[in-house]
Amino acid sequence: MNQRVGTDSSPLRFAACESASIPLFATFIGARRRAPPARTHRQIGSQLVGRRILAAMGGLDSSSMETDLDRPNIEEYLTTETIREVPKKLHLSDLLDISPTLTEAAGAIVDDSFTRCFKSNSPEPWNWNIYLFPLWCLGVVVRYGILFPASFSWLVSLSNLISCMFCRVGVLALGWIVFFAAFLPVHFLIRGHDKWRRKIERKLVEMMCSVFVASWTGVIKYHGPRPSRRPQQVFVANHTSMIDFIILEQMTAFAVIMQKHPGWVGFIQKTILESVGCIWFNRTESKDREVVATKIREHTQGVDNNPLLIFPEGTCVNNHYTVMFKKGAFELGCAVCPVAIKYNKIFVDAFWNSKKQSFTTHLAQLMTSWAVVCDVWYLEPQYIRPGEIPIEFAERVRDMISVRAGLKKVPWDGYLKYFRPSPKLTERKQQIFAESVLKRLEEK
Amino acid sequence: MGNASSMLTQYDIEEVQEHCNYLFSQQEIVALYNRFCQLDRTAKGFISSDEFLSIPEFSLNPLSQRLLKMVDGLNFKDFVAFLSAFSPQATPQQKVELIFKVYDVDGKGRVTFKDLLEVLRDLTGSFMSEEQREKVLGQVLEEAGYSRESSLYVEDFMKVLSKAGLKMEVEVPVD
Repeated sequence: MNQRVGTDSSPLRFAACESASIPLFATFIGARRRAPPARTHRQIGSQLVGRRILAAMGGLDSSSMETDLDRPNIEEYLTTETIREVPKKLHLSDLLDISPTLTEAAGAIVDDSFTRCFKSNSPEPWNWNIYLFPLWCLGVVVRYGILFPASFSWLVSLSNLISCMFCRVGVLALGWIVFFAAFLPVHFLIRGHDKWRRKIERKLVEMMCSVFVASWTGVIKYHGPRPSRRPQQVFVANHTSMIDFIILEQMTAFAVIMQKHPGWVGFIQKTILESVGCIWFNRTESKDREVVATKIREHTQGVDNNPLLIFPEGTCVNNHYTVMFKKGAFELGCAVCPVAIKYNKIFVDAFWNSKKQSFTTHLAQLMTSWAVVCDVWYLEPQYIRPGEIPIEFAERVRDMISVRAGLKKVPWDGYLKYFRPSPKLTERKQQIFAESVLKRLEEK
Repeated sequence: MGNASSMLTQYDIEEVQEHCNYLFSQQEIVALYNRFCQLDRTAKGFISSDEFLSIPEFSLNPLSQRLLKMVDGLNFKDFVAFLSAFSPQATPQQKVELIFKVYDVDGKGRVTFKDLLEVLRDLTGSFMSEEQREKVLGQVLEEAGYSRESSLYVEDFMKVLSKAGLKMEVEVPVD
């Protein structure tokens, strides 16, 4: 089934922004009764709510509204009578008529903007096609010869014999061997000269990431000034898969903040990534947030540390949408450098659907595809403006990244993948309905 | 969807279409099938409560628990039949019948004062006291010519709701 890339006719639903805890959802009974041209009443309510939320967040100018709500103006659909609804006497039909609520529920079942963020593409039949396969093999030979870093090309041509799949795995294995052969002695033996050791370890990690990228025949185009090593700065990027980190790490050794994983990934996290300076968190622990926030603050203030890379979405999204950014990275009082990453889906769908496949399967899938093609844009460092709250700052940066990478913004919290929405949101809906009933009851 | 357990054949589509009284077009049924497969992550043939609740918008709906009782464990044919009341082609009678079923969740064929109270409780939560709810309901029932002890049937619902002009439509996004 083809994935709908946010076509204009697709209704984007109303917002629920848990992490921001801004009062949101309102059932606009008046707005709902009106049947607008070519749109369901549900969409009107949702547009109105969406605008209210963004307005409540304050200071968002019209240009940013246009990018994420590519629909005509609300005011065209609402007349004044529906906005300033005069409370009318309450009848039985008003209480029996639960159709607005039912419509919202049914609409959510049929299509919702949150699940759309995590939909992965079916694999395209580019690979393992009887006539394309020999061409693919030839292509790999050519790619390895040209794209692979020069110092390793002799190794490549040596191992580039039997099958290209063996070749990829072989190169990867060889890369690991060389890496560990260099890393382990450096890490354990060179104890006195910390600065030197760090430098070598950084270079080795960068090299290892290059090997990884080459094993999936990655074609990565970097735009913008390369990240510099300075204190008081933090990098934020949109998140599609764990390979985002590898792609960025190839260019600059970042320190990263990651969820602790089990298995071989966890092993690598513990041994290698510690050397570039990584911070661990655990989504399921509630107290974790403050601890992590402290660690981040300490890291950005240290002069010698590698620049910190944070994925504020908190989860992998399918590279067509961005979910709400967590404000942690934006309340540090330092420069925030946005990085936008966009994968070209023709070659492979780089989205790691962590509910569907393990990371190993994901890597194997990448290795059996033609190429991983992506663009990386390093954008201008941003500072928090006077009078701007961290959430607004986060939204502004998310806007920049979404525009640059051509992604649609969705006002959901990525953690809703793992947790249910807060009951406060349901309570808000109940409150509005109850208040309207009580108000109308007083009308005689 | 890389994961659809079986592709729909033309026969399947026609069977489902007949079951829902031709309220959805064939394209819409295919789109609904893709959505069904997307929600049914473990390809069991039905969508469990947990999978419905993973849709945040559905989860924060005040009537989600009532609706869950109606949709939990439905196979694809019944799933489409349930949603058919929301098709623009559905008659007001079909829409009212669905509303009736939401109220009459234990299927006794009539809606009592208690049922009305329960739905109102779901909709208003802790923002109205039980006395207020009873008072409001009693008042509007009397005004409409019923009493607290009377049971409402589908015909009564039709009578009351047809005046209001029900707007209960959902657009199925077709690729």
